[in-house]
Amino acid sequence: MSTIAIPNETLTRTGIAATLPAPAPLADADRKPLTKKETAADHPTWCPGCGDFSVLALYYKLIEKRKMLHENICTVAGIGCSSRFPYFVQAHGAHFIHGRALAFASGVSLSRPDLHVFVFGGDGDAFSIGGNHFTHTARKNIKMTYVVMDNFVYGLTKKQTSPTSPIGFKSKTDVGGSTDRPVNPMKQAICAGATFVGRSTATNVNHLLGLMDAAMSHDGFSFIEVLSECVEFFPGAFDAAIPRKGGTFPEIPAEHDVTDEYAAYKLCDEPWPGMFGTFFKVNRPTKNANEAKLITDARAKFAGVPDWQILQKNFDRMK
Amino acid sequence: MSDITATAAQQGSPKTSTIAESVIRIAGNSQDGIQAIGGFLARLAGRSEQDVMTFMTIPSTISGGPSIFQVRIGSGEVLSAGDEADVLLCFYDHSYANHISSLKRGGIVLYDSDHVKPNDELLGTYHHIGVAISSLTVEAIGGTGRDKGKNIYALGLIARMFDLNVPKLTKLIEERFGGKDPSIVKNALDCFNGGYGHQIQGLIESFKFEHAVHSGAAQVVMSGNEALAFGIIAAGVRFGAGYPITPWSEVMELLRRELPKYGGTFMQTEDEIAAVSMAIGASYGGRVAVTGSSGPGISLKTEAIGWAVMAEMPLVIIDVQRGGPSTGMPTNQEQSDLNIACFGGHGDSPRVVLAPSSVEDCFYTAIEAVNIARKFSTPVFILSDQAIATRIEAFPCPDLQNICQDISPDFTPVADHKPYDLTAADGITRHIAPGTRVASGKYPVATGLEHDELGHPTGSGKLHMQMNAKRRNKLRKLASEIPVPKIYGATEGHVLLVGWGSSKGPIEEAVKLGRSQGEAVSGLHIKYINPLPENLENLFSGFTHVVVCEINDEGLYGHGQLASILRARYCDPRIKSVTKTDGLPWKVKEILNRALALTK
Ligand SMILES: Cc1ncc(C[n+]2csc(CCOP(=O)(O)OP(=O)(O)O)c2C)c(N)n1
Ligand code: SF4
Ligand SMILES: [Mg+2]
Repeated sequence: MSTIAIPNETLTRTGIAATLPAPAPLADADRKPLTKKETAADHPTWCPGCGDFSVLALYYKLIEKRKMLHENICTVAGIGCSSRFPYFVQAHGAHFIHGRALAFASGVSLSRPDLHVFVFGGDGDAFSIGGNHFTHTARKNIKMTYVVMDNFVYGLTKKQTSPTSPIGFKSKTDVGGSTDRPVNPMKQAICAGATFVGRSTATNVNHLLGLMDAAMSHDGFSFIEVLSECVEFFPGAFDAAIPRKGGTFPEIPAEHDVTDEYAAYKLCDEPWPGMFGTFFKVNRPTKNANEAKLITDARAKFAGVPDWQILQKNFDRMK
Repeated sequence: MSDITATAAQQGSPKTSTIAESVIRIAGNSQDGIQAIGGFLARLAGRSEQDVMTFMTIPSTISGGPSIFQVRIGSGEVLSAGDEADVLLCFYDHSYANHISSLKRGGIVLYDSDHVKPNDELLGTYHHIGVAISSLTVEAIGGTGRDKGKNIYALGLIARMFDLNVPKLTKLIEERFGGKDPSIVKNALDCFNGGYGHQIQGLIESFKFEHAVHSGAAQVVMSGNEALAFGIIAAGVRFGAGYPITPWSEVMELLRRELPKYGGTFMQTEDEIAAVSMAIGASYGGRVAVTGSSGPGISLKTEAIGWAVMAEMPLVIIDVQRGGPSTGMPTNQEQSDLNIACFGGHGDSPRVVLAPSSVEDCFYTAIEAVNIARKFSTPVFILSDQAIATRIEAFPCPDLQNICQDISPDFTPVADHKPYDLTAADGITRHIAPGTRVASGKYPVATGLEHDELGHPTGSGKLHMQMNAKRRNKLRKLASEIPVPKIYGATEGHVLLVGWGSSKGPIEEAVKLGRSQGEAVSGLHIKYINPLPENLENLFSGFTHVVVCEINDEGLYGHGQLASILRARYCDPRIKSVTKTDGLPWKVKEILNRALALTK
């Protein structure tokens, strides 16, 4: 067969400037936790006062706290104001297409179990165009942490109704006020099968950091809804949840059984501004673990057999 | 195959003729296992070092229904499944009525006399042989009242008629039905032996294939879908994602089953968008991944493929084409996805498109697609089609030890990295996978926004032009590396028949047929669709007419999809187009007659 000649060995990587010395062989344990200065990349393009700033700052904090190494941080996002996250983090990142970040992140998570993948995005990205992926990534319990910066509006495209906009919200696509029943992200996540479901606000930084930390430790699909104000198109949306603006921050009581699905649903229906904390948390085998088991079982029969011989066995049967 | 005088049905034992090849069409209902007869014949041919090609139709209804399986076996080169059948085996009246015209004049129609009533008017045209296949099958397996196994009984009849190698066939039957309940193998062998031992009344001639002269290399027999999937595995791909759709499903089913043995996995996703996105995510993870689909599923993938072009992410997309648009003709052949493969999606998004020409080529094309994706950091389409996906061919067993690749990601730390370096030596940049340490502390972002060299967004028109050029020029570089195809036949003449994908065999046969009739016809097969190889204009220059034959519609301006691209590229009015969308593969005579008529 005539095929074009491409060498079989691993291709050399290009786009690599040789101006700097190769990294010193430093034991990971000897490396210092990354500081904000080392993790911050481009200056965010968000409007001054946008709630997303605080989520970003907490991500830097989490990286420092968890002593994550630069090269092992993987940040994925779709499209939206909030989804510009990866550019602002000095780490491996991917800025994918609108609504499909979870599917992309699943590909990373399932093929690279050594990484903990973080996905950041907005409410439109998550529950409208990405609704199908939200359901199925949760259902399959694919290991990653998903933080939705819910501002109840489409920010990037400048004030259209979002799937979480409250009824009556006046937007450019609902000048008389939105009439569609909004999505309840907590219910949606629990119903879909997410194994860690939590809620916080961008303004309560300690609470949110604690939640992000817990989500990262969770072995499975962990989801956090963060009420993050769009000061441009829905100012004051979350004042009711901000004590310093006269609101309240009702935390889920310590006695709530996070493994009790019905109790969790009940919490989802608390009147505005709802509850904050961990609604639901259970351990269920992850897709990652299920696939790994499939592989282990399949390979048990082929211990020590090189790949080409496994394939040869198949071909011999087709002779 | 020698002609048979249908009228001269004699008594006594039939004479034996030696033949070079034969086309056998089996017509019945899919639930009767007619594909299995074809499969056995194809596999036997492979083991006897004969060439073989098959063609089958699948009913589009789930409950089964009329279907055919055509096998062409030859001791020489077999390029297509054959225009006309030498032998037609039919199980029902509808099989007889619908397929008798596919039989050549004087050919043999072997029918199940329990179900088929031949047409008296045709008795003089074809040699009719009736065998009570259904009731004899019941008898052969001890009268359980069911005729399940009549396909194997019919295989026995064919084995007798063509003096096939019984020990080899017996072994194939044992392999196929072995492992299950032993009574199943016994029943199958009883059916086969019943058919083989049956004295066929009215058979005036039996046949023996010439001894095939071959390299001696062992042959493997498989379908195009199988060859693609195994090629992907051989290429070292260990992650894939897809959503079921005919005729692509078989590829994903096989990969789902097989990949875990190699430490890999294949995900069935919620839809095609998730599938392509997940595969891209895995590619980003460091090892090129595969996705695929047919028809509507390909449409759904286009936005994400555009991202892979923009982000310069390697990816392999298998498109097993079927009749479109929309749900179209799910179980029919068409080559109408060339445009979407080359141009699908918004914006300028150059990508690579390859079209395998045979089952064997499916295997090697899969490997090549993976390697081009890696070398040029680009999405690569493989355009297969329904006919090549389902047909079975025998080909020399690949040298797997030398072919199988390890494409594990490389995590060697780097000093610095620009994922979109505009000054890269060969104009091509490749990504470093997450997990790779960058000493400078400046990490890359893979992105679908227009970007600078580090992957950070830009609104600069200048950068957009530079990056567009980068994405385009690397494919120009590929164009300079791909082999220039060779003309089949003389390099000068009246008509050059140009084809792509699965049309290669029929076009080459059309060249042979034309030349045997004194026509100055040659053929040219284009495997690399996007980018096209260089120098095609020099090849065209030896001919008065260049006729592109494709199974798609002639479009608004009278030219098929490849013809339109060739005309746009070469501005050559000699480039003409022969198209059709009847859902069936080309017949050799159809190509030749239409091309000659067009160029009179
Ligand atoms: C396929 C597709 N459709 C539409 C858009 C336009 N678009 C970009 S972001 C966006 C909505 C963003 O809203 P949200 O996800 O809530 O993010 P926010 O900007 O509010 O953070 C839309 C509609 C797009 N980029 N891609
Ligand atoms: S438009 Fe709204 S969401 Fe977007 S950056 Fe400005 S404040 Fe934030
Ligand atoms: Mg929003």
